[in-house]
Amino acid sequence: MTDGEVIVEARALTKRFPGVLALDRVDFRIVAGQVNALVGENGAGKSTLMNILSGVYTDYEGEVLVDGRPCRFAGVGEARRAGVAIIHQELSFVPYMNIAENMFLGREPLTPLGLTDQARMHAEAREWLLRLHLEVDTHTLMDDLRIGQQQLVEIAKALSLGARVLIMDEPTSSLSTSEMEILFDMIAELKQKGVGIVYISHKMDEVWRLADFVTVMRDGQLVTERPMSELTPDEVVQLMVGREQRTDLDYQENVPGRLALEVEHLVLRSAGHADRKILDDISFSLHSGEVLGFYGLMGAGRTEMLETIFGLHPAQTTGNIRVDGRPVQIRHPQEAVCHGLALCPEDRKREGLVLGMSIKENVTLASLNEVLRHGLLSDKLELGAADDCRGRLGIKSTDASQLAGQLSGGNQQKIVIGKWLKTKPRVLFLDEPTRGIDIHAKTEICRLVRGLASEGMAIVFVSSELPEIMAVCDRIITLREGRLAQEFKRGDFTEEAIIKSVMSV
Amino acid sequence: MYMKANKILQKPVVKPMMALLLMCLAMTLLSDNFATSDNFFNVLRQTSVNLCISVGMTLVILTGGIDLSVGSVLALSGAVAAGLAHQGFDIASADIHVSITFWGCCLAAILVGAVMGGMNGLMVTRFRVPPFVATLGVMTIARGLTMLYTRGFPITGLGGGFEFIGTGWLLGIPMPVWIAVAIIAVFAFCMKKTRTGRYIYAIGGNERAAMFSGIRVNRVLLLVYILAGMLSAVAGILVTSRLDSAQPNAGMGYELDAIAAVVIGGASLSGGRGSILGTVVGALIIGVLNNGLVLLDVSPFWQQVIKGFVILLSVILDRYSTKSKL
Repeated sequence: MTDGEVIVEARALTKRFPGVLALDRVDFRIVAGQVNALVGENGAGKSTLMNILSGVYTDYEGEVLVDGRPCRFAGVGEARRAGVAIIHQELSFVPYMNIAENMFLGREPLTPLGLTDQARMHAEAREWLLRLHLEVDTHTLMDDLRIGQQQLVEIAKALSLGARVLIMDEPTSSLSTSEMEILFDMIAELKQKGVGIVYISHKMDEVWRLADFVTVMRDGQLVTERPMSELTPDEVVQLMVGREQRTDLDYQENVPGRLALEVEHLVLRSAGHADRKILDDISFSLHSGEVLGFYGLMGAGRTEMLETIFGLHPAQTTGNIRVDGRPVQIRHPQEAVCHGLALCPEDRKREGLVLGMSIKENVTLASLNEVLRHGLLSDKLELGAADDCRGRLGIKSTDASQLAGQLSGGNQQKIVIGKWLKTKPRVLFLDEPTRGIDIHAKTEICRLVRGLASEGMAIVFVSSELPEIMAVCDRIITLREGRLAQEFKRGDFTEEAIIKSVMSV
Repeated sequence: MYMKANKILQKPVVKPMMALLLMCLAMTLLSDNFATSDNFFNVLRQTSVNLCISVGMTLVILTGGIDLSVGSVLALSGAVAAGLAHQGFDIASADIHVSITFWGCCLAAILVGAVMGGMNGLMVTRFRVPPFVATLGVMTIARGLTMLYTRGFPITGLGGGFEFIGTGWLLGIPMPVWIAVAIIAVFAFCMKKTRTGRYIYAIGGNERAAMFSGIRVNRVLLLVYILAGMLSAVAGILVTSRLDSAQPNAGMGYELDAIAAVVIGGASLSGGRGSILGTVVGALIIGVLNNGLVLLDVSPFWQQVIKGFVILLSVILDRYSTKSKL
């Protein structure tokens, strides 16, 4: 079914972590000139497999063959020399070095005197950036780039290594649509040149567009490897979950209650330049029992809007906010919490959780008042709160003292949501609550949102995934460059209309 | 029951505790003078000053910060206490001389500690100065103020029962040990059982997530630095009382012993991990080491080399054991 030659082949790879069998006798192939899409829920073992193939993990059972010869990488450097390059989902670069320095880190070209050859470095870097249509000066610091641009630089770096095998882990998660197109063109070009590509993604439309064959993993095991032509997207999803997948929720309209949140003329100014408005005249209202979606392109100001209402940028903010009809001044998240607001932030690892703390401590962090007895923290009450939350949200864990950092993305997100439910909020802000988590957990979270709304909570739901936001929300407001673009009622939801409204005309 | 024992064994404080026991055992075998009750109280009394400072240092390090000013704050508050005890002060306009009781002197010293700690806290929170730099500045300021206040000479002859707190015994136990134990008990309890204690851990673990959870991060940080200053002041009172004099260069380098105690006790300098109990064990390890090396007649120069290696070794061992966990 595949005509190219096999560059890298893995046979019966097994990898154990304490208490977990992360990979269980997995076979895997990377073929020259073809894209192998690797799909599976979070925790299926995709990253573990790629970490072995790229030399990050060196102790495993089984065999890796490169060009038919058995070989065992002793480290990332050795894998790279064998032509295997990986672009991790979580980018790794030195923020205060410039683009060229990052691209050539550890392999700087030298002048005859043994100094780094700056001119050559920048010239070569520039060439690679041009091929990716990235028009920025190679002297720019990585820190000053947008995430999408940083990702393109990482891709350019991998290409410049002359890789024969390129592993991409969710490469489009922070790219804009146009940047994605450039990446896809690049992938086509690399295929032509005989580079073998592994493409890990949660997004089926990308997989269908790019891949020649697909490898499905579940619970550390290989489910199947098949050419795309033999499968439909629904079938792949089904193979991933191993059960019939309910693609949409049974939507039931809630009767909207009283006004829960009103925002008027909200303006957020840039910290550096007071005349630049990040948010410009945002007004909306939200009823209890309603799920209001906010949709917009990257940088449209969705996250900033939630943060501003939540009191994270008090010095740069003007505008009026009313909760339950009462005007409020929110100058710190603590005041937002007092007024019954809750925010599940976009970046759950950096902003949502204390990874080194237990599930229990994370769950109670925003509502320690509720677990006091005689003014002191009560272990029993805390444990009760945590177990209640684990049960209600279905957090898979051994016990409440397990560290949050040891859980999968979906379970981590549930902890963040659980933390806020403990504060009994009137208004719940969810910023990309399903980003980077597996399909099963996504569905669970969407159901939970509908359930909370039917109990009378007012919910703001921000998401980049249109099908999801359309399935969950009663109303959608689109944002464009920090301003309100358009409002859609449930009956008027169409993908075309919504996307059209967020594009600049 | 077995599960419970297993859980206790996994606590991070167990390893330094075993190291401490091993050291004590080795010293008992090596020296006849180690395992005597005189020497026992000697070690405890000598360690009590470092214990007071280290408890404050633990709070600061748990938030991900550091406090270099503790030694100078010790000197300044000790000098203020001694100065007030020695001569009281005059209100020139009313021509009144006020003499101050022992408790008044202590209160004044602790107030001085709180003010200097507050200055650290303000620098860190309000002006976003990195803790290392902020406390380095305050360390220099406090030392300078000490020199100004004492004019560079020791203040001696305090009287008024001032020496009891540093040299006295109560129920067969030296006073400084009582004080250190009380401080340890109060802080260990509060770190476990109060909201603020939990917030300190959360801020060190992830400051941004703590703020997003509605915690007043700056208030907690300010409080932590003030407490560290106050505890340094208590240590200052102990040192001054013990010597019956306030030395202008008292407490030099004490911050390093305190940091070492916290680190040996298993805390992470990046915050979020560590405990008061661990620090106590760490401080005792340093105390026993100091004492043991003297008893074994090791040259003071070698003592420093050995102490340095012990610090490094403890951190390396700790690194190896935590790596497997995450």
